[in-house]
Amino acid sequence: MRRRVIFPNKVLPYVLLAPQLAVTLVFFFWPAAQALYQSVLIQDPFGLRTQFVWFENFQAILTDPLYLGSARVTLLFSGAVTLLAMSLGLLFAAMADAGIRHTRLYRTLLMWPYAVAPAVAASLWLFVFHPSIGVLGRRLNALGIPWDYKLNGAQALLLVILASAWKQVSYNFLFFLAGLQAVPRAIVEAASIDAGPARRFWSIVFPLLSPTTFFLLVVNLVYAFFETFGVIHALTGGGPVKATETLIYKVYSDGVINLDLGSSSAQSVVLMAIVIGLTAVQFRFVERKVHY
Amino acid sequence: MGTPGRSDGWLPHLVLTVGVVVFAFPIYFALIGSSHDAASIATGRMPLWPGPHALANYWQALTGGSGLRISAAPVGRQMLNSLFMAVGIAVGKIAISVLSAYAVVFFQFPLRRTCFWMIFITLMLPVEVRIIPTYKVVSDLGMINTMAGLTIPLIASATATLLFRQVFLTIPDELTEAAKIDGAGPMRFFWQIVLPLSKTNIAALFVILFIYGWNQYLWPLLITTDRQMETVVIGIVKMIGTSDAQTDWNIIMATAMLAMLPPVAVVVFLQHWFVKGLVEPEK
Repeated sequence: MRRRVIFPNKVLPYVLLAPQLAVTLVFFFWPAAQALYQSVLIQDPFGLRTQFVWFENFQAILTDPLYLGSARVTLLFSGAVTLLAMSLGLLFAAMADAGIRHTRLYRTLLMWPYAVAPAVAASLWLFVFHPSIGVLGRRLNALGIPWDYKLNGAQALLLVILASAWKQVSYNFLFFLAGLQAVPRAIVEAASIDAGPARRFWSIVFPLLSPTTFFLLVVNLVYAFFETFGVIHALTGGGPVKATETLIYKVYSDGVINLDLGSSSAQSVVLMAIVIGLTAVQFRFVERKVHY
Repeated sequence: MGTPGRSDGWLPHLVLTVGVVVFAFPIYFALIGSSHDAASIATGRMPLWPGPHALANYWQALTGGSGLRISAAPVGRQMLNSLFMAVGIAVGKIAISVLSAYAVVFFQFPLRRTCFWMIFITLMLPVEVRIIPTYKVVSDLGMINTMAGLTIPLIASATATLLFRQVFLTIPDELTEAAKIDGAGPMRFFWQIVLPLSKTNIAALFVILFIYGWNQYLWPLLITTDRQMETVVIGIVKMIGTSDAQTDWNIIMATAMLAMLPPVAVVVFLQHWFVKGLVEPEK
């Protein structure tokens, strides 16, 4: 879309764009280019010599059982967080939109976890599920259910999934609620003549929500991939025995802790490809406004 | 939409009430934990109701740092750091996005599309995937442990620019034409017409970006090696990280409450702007 009326200045637009472009070039493009460049090099541990190795780093990570294990953890984690956060968000939104009173009050009481930092959310869940001092963690052990997320990988994964989903439900709830409120009343009224509430929801309302659902699917996956670093770092540190080490966490631990620049850069490039893929999917959908 | 012709059923209220309670329960325990002494928590005998030590705990957290065992800054200082970072990121993002969107919409110049695409592509480069090279740039520029290092690398934003572009495209050509006939230059038009028209969008975006900035974790974790520069979100995780048996859970929970208070208050009290800022750009 283009405006017909514009200002004729020749220099001013560049001045206006300068701050944004400067930040973009220095902190986005240059580092991204560096990551690409580093990903085809191998550096010795002292940083004295570097060697160009084509795709050796990529080959190394894609055949590394640790990396593939981390990819599996990421898929399981992201899938569980997305499914849990989206279905609870949809459930609450459908209930809040069922023509009841106090919708706004429920909205207020359900949306605030969005504002809690992932790392702070982790500290809250830690306090509840700590095996010796946590209110629930202690109870579980007292009941004879051995609970220790520091030793048991499955329990650790469950805990990071719960803490991450807890934070994300409010986001999904708000978008589903907005989507439901935009469904035309007439359609629902017409459907209510010959269908019960459940059938009406699944065969009429839910298909109408498909743009929202699809958008949220992408957003939730991006959230689970990239923004849950704080939850994992604070709760489990990727452990025990890498049971909660997602791809992002692995980039961090290989690059920042173990200083393996080549491998970490190659991992970064793989992640970049994933983001580009997800964003492309999202914008294709936004452009076309797909409906049922 | 609202279900037509139906009075209040009990099921929605039940489901929502259970939801509200389940979602609030970690907060409730944090609140309780912040009102007892360290010993009764460490022995696992914390009661499920408030204790008498709340004031002392919050006071110690705010002024004394984390139990005086480690050289962390007091939480009061950490919260100031968080505040500066959050406001810096929000104001910075809005300022540079509003200017660049204005340039892209109201001017015609060579490389206009290229500039727009360069901004757009940043959407696909979240800080998490370029951690180490970005850290290196910031460290080469001497910006480690500075507020500039904490904020500036995070302020480029494709979403804010896209949002303002959408808003500016709705400003009718007639208005621009009239302003030009009246002799208003581009900057005067910007200050007197475009900015006032975007006021509500700016307010809504500020709320979202304040929360985004306050809750940053990975970036400040890398950029702050000086403990006086730590944000409260980093501070709290470092408190937990110290030895397990001696952890002052009462102080940690008081800090957790303090750390979430500003962003949660912003969401609850500026709810109108928050929902607008969150849901509308995506419509």
